[in-house]
Amino acid sequence: MRRDRAVHEQQELGSGRGAHMRRQGAGAWLGNYLLRHAQTFFYAIGELSRRPFSTFMTVAVIGIALALPAGMHVLLKNVQTVLSGWDGAAQVSLFLHRGTREPVAKALAEKLRARPEVEAVDYISADQAMEEFRVLSGFGEALGALEENPLPPVLVVHPALTQQGPESLSALVEELGQEGSVELAQLDMQWVKRLYGLMEIGRRGVWVLASMLALAVLLVVGNTIRLSIQNRRDEIVITKLIGGTDTFIRRPFLYTGFWYGLLGGFIAFVLVQASMWLLAGPVNNLAGLYNSSFRLGGMDLVTVGVLLGGGLLLGLFGSWLAVGRHLRSIEPT
Amino acid sequence: MIRFNNVSKRYPGGYEALRDVSFHLAPGEMAFLTGHSGAGKSTLLKLIALIERPSGGQVVVNSQNLNKLGRRKIPFHRRNIGVIFQDHRLLFDRTVFDNVALPLIIAGYSHQEIGRRVRAALDKVGLLGKEKLYPITLSGGEQQRVGIARAVVNKPPLLLADEPTGNLDPELSREIMGIFEEFNRVGVSVLIASHDHALIRRLQRRVLVLNQGALVGDGYVRADA
Repeated sequence: MRRDRAVHEQQELGSGRGAHMRRQGAGAWLGNYLLRHAQTFFYAIGELSRRPFSTFMTVAVIGIALALPAGMHVLLKNVQTVLSGWDGAAQVSLFLHRGTREPVAKALAEKLRARPEVEAVDYISADQAMEEFRVLSGFGEALGALEENPLPPVLVVHPALTQQGPESLSALVEELGQEGSVELAQLDMQWVKRLYGLMEIGRRGVWVLASMLALAVLLVVGNTIRLSIQNRRDEIVITKLIGGTDTFIRRPFLYTGFWYGLLGGFIAFVLVQASMWLLAGPVNNLAGLYNSSFRLGGMDLVTVGVLLGGGLLLGLFGSWLAVGRHLRSIEPT
Repeated sequence: MIRFNNVSKRYPGGYEALRDVSFHLAPGEMAFLTGHSGAGKSTLLKLIALIERPSGGQVVVNSQNLNKLGRRKIPFHRRNIGVIFQDHRLLFDRTVFDNVALPLIIAGYSHQEIGRRVRAALDKVGLLGKEKLYPITLSGGEQQRVGIARAVVNKPPLLLADEPTGNLDPELSREIMGIFEEFNRVGVSVLIASHDHALIRRLQRRVLVLNQGALVGDGYVRADA
């Protein structure tokens, strides 16, 4: 009799969990699941805040590693802004054949003004050019000794703003060079092109740097997580002994990596913004000297998003690598 | 509940911990496993909890052939077994409550359910007032009882204990055994490895005797006396 009751009670105990689950339903199960994730999420940040110094060290290393490419990216963007401002200053000098008469030159100027891709045309006669050269070069006396003016008349063409791309400018120069009385058409923006070339190198450099430093972040996070796995060896063994799945054991470490990455990204953001703030004063001064209204720009939202998102993904991935490698080797004996 | 069919275990290096062991423990049965140290008691328990795999033979627990159980299913197998260790294996940076709650957290119970069950388990081992303490502040016997509470909190049908009274004085040992008998009374199968002959003799339960890895005795009469 007593035995019967005992068995009955045990059966009830044994089926307790199933009934419990059924009663709860799928929604409650999902709620529980999310709650457990949320708990681990905050548990991980709690663990990190319990040893603030070592956490700060790790996060700072990650932050600096992320700040370097992010800062370079922001600087490049600013250079681009500056350059796009200077594109507008591009002008094409048409050196006419020497001895081209003024009416011919002016007629050509009129013709060019009619073209849609041309904003304005200035005519500089040979005499004006000579005069300008005399004043600016300081060779006044020596130039007086010349029997005839060696300078050609020049038409300075200002392309329309719609024609500002390097390709369409080159095409325009090509066309202008075909005009009958033009001896040489020269685009005064070779240096802009070269700067663009330099910037392309810079952009590539940012990618190379970013890849290498991303690898560094992975290693930093991986190594930190490896150490914390070793520190919590006993806990892992016990958890495995009482039926903790790998997923369960992995979760807090993954969230720790997540936090490292996110906090590292945030520190990088602060570092870059602080650097920009420090540079803003001198840059604005310099811009003032060039009569430019250029202002040093900070990070845009996309860059901030990429920085934080990239940081947390790197943290997550780094800890995933470490956990995958080391968790399996810790088994109860 | 537990069936061993010609089970042997040879460790890397050639040491033979178990040789051709066969026995059956019925559901709801309570038995002792005894023998000299090194006789293979711990190895036998480890095979049941899948901490080790046998080199030969078959271990069946709860109608499940453990040879056919993949690595990923081991955690779920262990959730059906409450294991009590001689060295307690508690987490010393967590409170008594958190230690006992761990199996329930792992199994994904709700918050209220965890609180209810942990208090019930602590009540059974007589530690209800100490849930907020840390294990380090407890005596050896109390730590062992925390370990027992953790083993039974999710109501497994099988309890394994490896020298649960190894470090305790006779009075405490009797108390701990009393707790095991209580669980057995409600239908839990219990297998206890122990070399505490006095205690075993007093309890008058089935005794399995191991000697150098071989099962040399099985019955209610002590075979190695």
